[in-house]
Amino acid sequence: MLLLVEQFLNGLQFGLLLFLLAAGLTLVFGIMDLVNLAHGSLYMIGAYFAATFTALTGNFIGGVMLALIATLIVGMAVEVIAMRRLYGRDHLDHVLGTFGLILFFNELVRLIWGPAGMNLTLPPWLNTAVEIAPGVYYSAYRLSIIVVALVVALFLYLVIMRTRIGMLIRAGASNREMVGALGINIKLLYTFVFGVGAALAGLAGLMQAAILTAQIGMGENILILAFVVIIIGGIGSIRGAFMASIFVGLIDTIGRAFLPDMLKAVLSPAAAATVAPALSSMLIYLVMAFVLVLRPEGLFPATGK
Amino acid sequence: MNDLLTVRNIVVAAVAGVLLILPIYAQAIGNLFLLSLFTRIVILAIAAVSLNLIMGFGGMVSFGHAAYLGIGGYVVGILAHEGVSSGFVQWPLAMVLSGLFALVIGALCLRTRGVYFIMITLAFAQMVYYVAVALDRYGGDDGLTIYRRSQFADAIDLSNKTVFYYLCLGVLFAAVYLVWRIVNSRFGMVVQGARSNDRRMRTIGFPTFRYRLACFVIAGVLCGLAGVLLANHTDFISPAMMHWTRSGDLIVMAVLGGMGSVFGPVIGAVALLVLEEALPYLIEFVGGIFTSQDITTAREYWQLILGPMLLLVVLFARGGIDGLLADIRRG
Repeated sequence: MLLLVEQFLNGLQFGLLLFLLAAGLTLVFGIMDLVNLAHGSLYMIGAYFAATFTALTGNFIGGVMLALIATLIVGMAVEVIAMRRLYGRDHLDHVLGTFGLILFFNELVRLIWGPAGMNLTLPPWLNTAVEIAPGVYYSAYRLSIIVVALVVALFLYLVIMRTRIGMLIRAGASNREMVGALGINIKLLYTFVFGVGAALAGLAGLMQAAILTAQIGMGENILILAFVVIIIGGIGSIRGAFMASIFVGLIDTIGRAFLPDMLKAVLSPAAAATVAPALSSMLIYLVMAFVLVLRPEGLFPATGK
Repeated sequence: MNDLLTVRNIVVAAVAGVLLILPIYAQAIGNLFLLSLFTRIVILAIAAVSLNLIMGFGGMVSFGHAAYLGIGGYVVGILAHEGVSSGFVQWPLAMVLSGLFALVIGALCLRTRGVYFIMITLAFAQMVYYVAVALDRYGGDDGLTIYRRSQFADAIDLSNKTVFYYLCLGVLFAAVYLVWRIVNSRFGMVVQGARSNDRRMRTIGFPTFRYRLACFVIAGVLCGLAGVLLANHTDFISPAMMHWTRSGDLIVMAVLGGMGSVFGPVIGAVALLVLEEALPYLIEFVGGIFTSQDITTAREYWQLILGPMLLLVVLFARGGIDGLLADIRRG
C-alpha cells in the first residue's frame, strides 16, 4: 500500500513535469502548426541556466526566476530569428530546420558549459521528506513539483479561457488571417506564445535537473514522450495535454514498478525478467498506437479546427 | 541533347561517378577509412532512397524507418550468432520479416494522417527498439558482435572491402532504378495521386489503401536490405541502429537532398555524412588562416556550423539541394 501511494505520487509528478513540456509544444503545434523538435533544447537550456544562476546568486528561488526569464528571452529570440520564417511551411521543413537547431544548441551548451553535466543543488528546506499521511513520508521537492505544475496548469487555463490575450490566442488558432485583419499584431502574439512555451519547457528542465543532472541531450528522450502526450491528448488541446500527461506519467511509472511482479504471476521468473523491462518501456507507445488506431485524432481533439 | 545537360544532371552524374571510382582512389592513396566511410554512406543512402519512396512520392512521412534497419541487422546478427551464416538464408529472411513488419504496422498506421502518421510510425519503431534492448541473449543494450559476415558459398566474398563496397553500390543503383520505375508506373501514379488527393482517387475507383500499403511494404523490404548490409559492414548490431535519431537522420538526408527526385536522397546522404566528416577539418583550416594559435580543439564544435546550415537549407532552398540545382538552370 505504501509503495502504491509512493509510486502513484511519482507517476503524478512525472506526468505533471511532462505536462509543462507538452503545454508549450501543443500550443506551438496547435496555434502556429509548427513541429518543434528543438523544444527539448529549451528544456535543456532552462536546466543549465538554473544551475548557473543559483550557483551565482546563491539563492535557489532567485536563480530559478532568473533562469525562467532567460529561457523566455532565448525562446523569443529563437522565434524571431528562425521559427517565424518556418510558419506555413511543410512539416518536413520544420523537422529538418529544428533538427538543425538541436545540433546547434547541443554544441553551444558544450562550448559554454563544457561536456560534463551540471548539478542543481537544492536548498535544505526542499531537500527533506514531509509526512503526507501518518507514517507516509514523501520527498518535499517532488511534492513541490506537483504543486508548482498544478498552479501553472490552473494559471494557463485561466489565462487562455478568461483573459483577452487568451481569447486572441484561441482566435489565432482558428483563423490567423481574420485575427490579423481585425488589427491584432499576430506576429507579436506568436512570439509571446513561443516564449511562454519555452519558459515552461525551461521550468520542466530545471525541476528535472535537481533530481537528475543538467546534461547535454537531456531534452531529446523526454521530447519524444512529450510528443506522445500531445498526440494522445489531441494536438492543440491544453486540456487534452493535461489529461494525457498525467495518464502517461502514471502508466509509465506504475508499469515500471508493478509489471515485473504481475508478469511473474503469469510467466516463469526467467521469462518475466526478460519481458518485463521491454514491456514497461514499450507500454506508453503501445497505448499511443492503440489510441491512434481507435481515435486517429487523439482523445481530446481541439475544437474549432 | 540540351535537355540532358542541366546542372542538376551533371551533379547527379558526378556523384554517381565519384561513388563508382572511389575504391580505386582510396586504394591509390592508401586511405582505408575513406572506403569504410563511403560504404556507410552508400548503405544509408539505400535507406534514404527507400524512405523517399513513401515520404516524397507517397506522402507517408515515416519517423520509424530505422526500425527496418534494425530488423534487417538483427536477422543477420541473430542467425550468425546461432551458427547460420549463409547469406542465402539470412538475406531473404531479413527481407521477408521487414516486409511482414511493414505490412502489419502499415495496415494500422495508414488509418491515420499527417502528424499522427509520423508519431504512430515512431511508436512502432520505439517498440522494436525496446524489444532489441530486452534481447539479453543477443547482447541487449550493448549489442552483439558478428564474427562471420554473410556467406555466399564461393560466389562472392563479403570480407573483401572493395567487393563489399561495389555490392552495396550495386544495390543502391538497383534501388534507385527500382524506385524510378515504380514512380513512373501506373502503380506509382496511383500512390502519388493518393498523396495529392486521396478522396478523389477513391472516387474514381482506386482502392488507394491497398496501393499505399503495398508501397509502404516495398519501402520496408528495401530498407531491411539496407539493414542487412549495415550489419555486415559494421560486423556489429545494437539497438542504437534503430534509435529514433537515426530515423530523424534518414528524414534529414531525404529532405536535404530533395524529395522530389529519385536521386535526391543519395545526394542528401552523401552531403550530410561527408559534411559530418569534413567540417572539423574545414574549421581548422579556416581558423588557421585567421590565427596562428593552436585551434585543434575548435574542431569538436562542427555541429555548431552544421545545425544552422540545415536551417539555412530549409529557409532558402526549397526542395533541398536538388531543388537548388534545378533552380540554377531556370536562372
